[in-house]
Parts: sequence; C-alpha cells; structure tokens
Amino acid sequence: MKPILQIKNLSKSYGNLTAVKGVDLDIPEGICFGLLGPNGAGKTTSIEMMEGILSPDGGEIRFRGKPIDRNFKKKVGIQFQSTALPEFITVRETLELFSAFYPDPRPMEELIELCSLQDILDQDNRKLSGGQRQRMLLALAIIPRPELVFLDEPTTGLDPQSRRNFWDLIQKIKKENTTVLLTTHYMEEAQMLCDRIAIMDHGKILECDTPDSLLDKHFQGVLIRLPAKGGALPPGAELQGDWIHMQTTDLDSSLKKLLAEGHDLTGMGIHKPNLDDLFIKLTGSTLRE
Amino acid sequence: MNQFTAMVKARTMEFVRDRATFFWNLLFPILLVFGFSFAFSGNQDTLFKVGEWGTPSGADPFRDFHTIEEIDFISYGKDQSLDELLKKLRMHQLDLVVDYRDKQISYNEESVNAPILQRLYSAELKGSGWKEESVQGAPIRYVDWLVPGVIGMNMLFSCLFGVGFVIVRYRKNGVLKRLKATPVTAMGFVSAQMVSRFIIVLLTSVFVFLGTNLFLHFMMLGSYFNLILLTMLAILCMLSLGLIFAARFKSEELASGILNLISFPMMIFSGVFFSLEGTPPIIQSLSKIFPLTHFIEGARAVMLEGAGLVQILPQIGILGAMTVGFLLAAAFLFQWD
Ligand SMILES: Nc1ncnc2c1ncn2[C@@H]1O[C@H](COP(=O)(O)OP(=O)(O)OP(=O)(O)O)[C@@H](O)[C@H]1O
Ligand SMILES: [Mg+2]
Repeated sequence: MKPILQIKNLSKSYGNLTAVKGVDLDIPEGICFGLLGPNGAGKTTSIEMMEGILSPDGGEIRFRGKPIDRNFKKKVGIQFQSTALPEFITVRETLELFSAFYPDPRPMEELIELCSLQDILDQDNRKLSGGQRQRMLLALAIIPRPELVFLDEPTTGLDPQSRRNFWDLIQKIKKENTTVLLTTHYMEEAQMLCDRIAIMDHGKILECDTPDSLLDKHFQGVLIRLPAKGGALPPGAELQGDWIHMQTTDLDSSLKKLLAEGHDLTGMGIHKPNLDDLFIKLTGSTLRE
Repeated sequence: MNQFTAMVKARTMEFVRDRATFFWNLLFPILLVFGFSFAFSGNQDTLFKVGEWGTPSGADPFRDFHTIEEIDFISYGKDQSLDELLKKLRMHQLDLVVDYRDKQISYNEESVNAPILQRLYSAELKGSGWKEESVQGAPIRYVDWLVPGVIGMNMLFSCLFGVGFVIVRYRKNGVLKRLKATPVTAMGFVSAQMVSRFIIVLLTSVFVFLGTNLFLHFMMLGSYFNLILLTMLAILCMLSLGLIFAARFKSEELASGILNLISFPMMIFSGVFFSLEGTPPIIQSLSKIFPLTHFIEGARAVMLEGAGLVQILPQIGILGAMTVGFLLAAAFLFQWD
C-alpha cells in the first residue's frame, strides 16, 4: 500500500546530543504502526518532528507524497506524551473548544461514547486522574476524524482494564481507515495492536517490519531461561543479568544436554519468543521501567 | 462557534472562574480609591502656593514674603504661558498668581487659601499701580485627580499580567504546544487572548469607575465618550506592550519578575499618585515613554479640564503610535515554544 507518511534521513540534535540520527520510515496507510524503544531512544523527538511540532535539523517528511503544508494539522490528530490542558474549564468545555478548531469535528456524543467520558464531563481539567486524563487527551486527538493519528505513549499510567478499552478503541479507529502511529513501552500492546513495528535506540531505527517477521528473523524455536548460578555457560547460551538465555529448535535434546552437563533446572522457564525477547536482544535493555 | 470566539470564550471563562484573580482585579482599585479618598479627605495642603510669572522689573514689592516658610513660591516664565498658570489657579493647584510683567495678581475666589493670601498681597499694593483679578474654579479633590490614575494603573497590571504572564504560563505548561498541534494560528490565538482581555479590562474599569463614582461623585467636565475612547485605546496599547513580554519567555518566574520590574517604575513615574510637576526634567521625559502617563494625562484633561477630542489628540496619537509599535515588535518576536 502507498505510504501515508514517508520519512527520509530525519535528524535532530539538542546541543551536542544527537537525539535522532538519520531515521527512515514508511508508514503505510490504514495500519497501526508502533515505534518502540527504551527511554531516551528518540521516539518522542521523532514523532514530534513528524507532527510538525519540532523542526528537524535535516531530512524530509512527506504526507501523502507532499511536504507538510498548512492543511496537515486539520487532518491529523495528536496526543503528546505529556501535555497540559487549559485551566478552569471542564472536560466538556475543552472538547467544545477543540471541536471549534476543526472543519468537520466528530460529534460530542460520539466522542463521549468512544472514550467513555460520561462521568467526567463536568469535571475541571485539573482534577482528572491519570487515566481519565489519558482518555480525555485521546478524545482531543480524534476530534478531527484524523486520517493519521499520533499517539505518544497513550497507555502509560492506565490500569489493565482501561488499557484493554483503549485497545478496543484503537481497533475502532482503524476500522475508519485512520492510520495510527503510536509509541509504547508495552510489548504486549505492540503485539496486540501493531501491524508493523520499528525498534529504535540511540536515535536510530534498528529494525522495522511486522512483529511476526521480526520474530522469525531473530528467533528459531523456543527460548529457555535459567537462573544463572555461576559455572560454565552451556554452549550457544547468553548471560543476561541473572539469567541464562538459550534458543533451541529441538527442546528435547537441549534439555537432555543441560541435565547431562549437570545444570540445575530449578526455576527454569520455557516460552515462545515474543517482542519482549526481541526488544532485549536488540537494545540490551528492558522496556518496562 | 468558530475558532476565534471559542478561544475568547475559553479564556474569559478561565478568568472569571479564577476567583482570586477576578476579585483582586475588581477590589484592589476600589479599595485604593476609597482608601485615598478617606486619607486625603481633609484639606491636605497647609502650604500656600504662589506662582510667579516673569521677574520683577525694579524693586519687588513682595520680596519680604519670600521669607515666609509657609508659602511655596514657584517661578514660571520660560516654558509656560500665563494662561497655563491661570488654569492651574482655577484648578486649585496654585492659590495665587503674581504676574510681574503686567503687574497683576490673580486669585481663585473658590479657594480656601485665597482670602488670606489676597489680603496679604493687597496690603502691599495700595497705590502701586498693580491690579487684582479673580478667577473661578471649583476645587478639585485629590480623588478626582487620583481616579484616572488608579484605574489606569489597574488597567496596566491587568493588561501586562493578563496577556504577558498568562501566555508565558501557557507556554511553560504546554497548553501552547497543544494548541500548536491544532489548526489554530499564532495570530488567531494571540488575538483571541487580546480580545478576551480587552473586554475584561474595559468592563472592570467601567465597573470600578461607576462603582466608586456612586459614592464619591467625581468631577467630570468633559464627555464620557472621549473618556471611553481614550480608555479603549490605552487598554489596547498596554495589551500590546504585554504581548512583547509574552512573545518569548519560557519561565513564569522570569516573566513575572520582569513585568514587575517594568510596571513599578511605570506606576510611580506616570503620575498616578502625585503630579510629576516640579520633578527633575529627566523624570518628566522618562515618564513620556510610558503609555500610562499619556492615558492619565488625557483622562485628567477630559475629567478635570473638560478637554474635548481636539485637546486630547496628542495623547490619542501617541497611544496609537505606541500600540502599532508594540504590536509590530510582538509579531516579530513571537514564538510558540
Ligand atoms: N528539549 C530537549 N532538550 C535537550 N535534550 C532533549 C530534549 N528533548 C529530548 N532530549 C534528549 O533527547 C533524547 C531523546 O529523547 P526523547 O524524548 O525523544 O526520548 P523517548 O524515546 O521519547 O524516551 P521516553 O521513552 O522516555 O519517552 C534524550 O536523550 C533526551 O534527553
Ligand atoms: Mg517519549
């Protein structure tokens, strides 16, 4: 499919810190695209350049094949990682205010329904809980019926139930043929929602593909995890913190070999590789803080 | 509702709901006017003020009076006409005028201080060829003179902080960034802020004036139309000044420090509480760079001297020019983040 957003060689420095170093990305239309990476990887910096909020030091951003123009902001929805809301006005009034900014805003009832805002409509913006606030910010992002919506860590701070509701909501938005670009620290979420993911670290894209292709590319078979107790590493295994990690396509013989070598298998875990494992493999760090 | 009215509405609601600021904006000037009216309700001037125009040719018949400590002598001649002196006399800023060129003394019949001075001077004049004239003019109380100053000062603070400080706060807490992510333009945002604040300041000023006037019955010789016109222009001018400070600063503390730093000299040297007359020339020229000075001058001229549109044209012109200058500077400097 033709990309809705094309990014070429994007870069940005703060003083002598290069936050984004030559990022190339194609975001196909109608999909949910996940940008993953550890803290400080450059996700927010990249996404804010794509949103037209930060000006890049170098590189090119094209929306539907053309450079970003004045109408871009009417067609995209944006949720920042952290943002303030106007003070002394209620949720309803804030929604009304932002609705006035767009040519064809989504009706209020639909917004309230989609983002479950019924109970907080008359609450002052400043008195919202973390999760209520996230829902409200998401509502603001989808007011314009965006063709493309940018969500920077939309589920950070949500309880498991709210996170699930959010996932449903994203599925609904996708059905309207809205392209979703989100960053997240939750691999489960990326696996659940994203059709494509890019893994970023130190300002560079390390990998970009569908979650399944990435897993196929980097892992074969299953993963064995053992508590490290000193002594020699089994052949083909890696030490990651207090754990020994091993990949195998033949679980039977691997286990037999470990036993034969006299390893204590207490506390062992075996699982199919997931994005968490991929993430750790690529960035050498865990996503969740 | 369109973008613009929605933003004006939101900003105005924010102001009205911010109870503390709201009442402070109304109460402070009212308290100040009443406070001063009470404090200066007695006859505040125990000194006699005599204005002398020109220098005596030959012997000065009043030379001995100059040793009386209770009389304050102010010498005019170079830059003021006799008419201006007589105007001061009518407005009770002087108790007696001595015109050395035409050998004439003038006093205000309605002045409390006049009779005693007049008797003193008349006694010297018998058979000397000097003439005596009297003028009329109701006494101006200190509050009459003060009220344009206090309202102007309140306008100044409300405009500078309501636009300057508030936009900086929006920038710091990220509201500006959120708006930048919408189709709203900087121009649209800023003008909405200005319009909202304009309405608020105009209404509070009118309210404070009418509210205190109910009890104090200010002298009003000119037309309310001119007064309102001048007020609106001054508000616009001060808002534009506030906008310059809103253009760049990212820290509320810095912004409020700088706003205080500039608004205090403005308050003191714009003649809010005391007349700048008789202050060193440097202060008088300094005061001309403050918009507040011109508003106060104009408003006092309308209220106390009955000045018409033509007489306040200089003030209108200066305020208008300043507004344009400030707006251009702000437009040039403004940045979202
Ligand atoms: N305004 C700024 N000034 C200076 N440095 C900045 C600024 N914004 C970000 N950085 C730096 O740029 C790097 C990338 O930051 P960025 O916010 O893009 O990371 P991120 O991937 O979004 O991280 P997180 O997952 O914690 O949100 C970091 O090292 C950060 O310290
Ligand atoms: Mg971030």
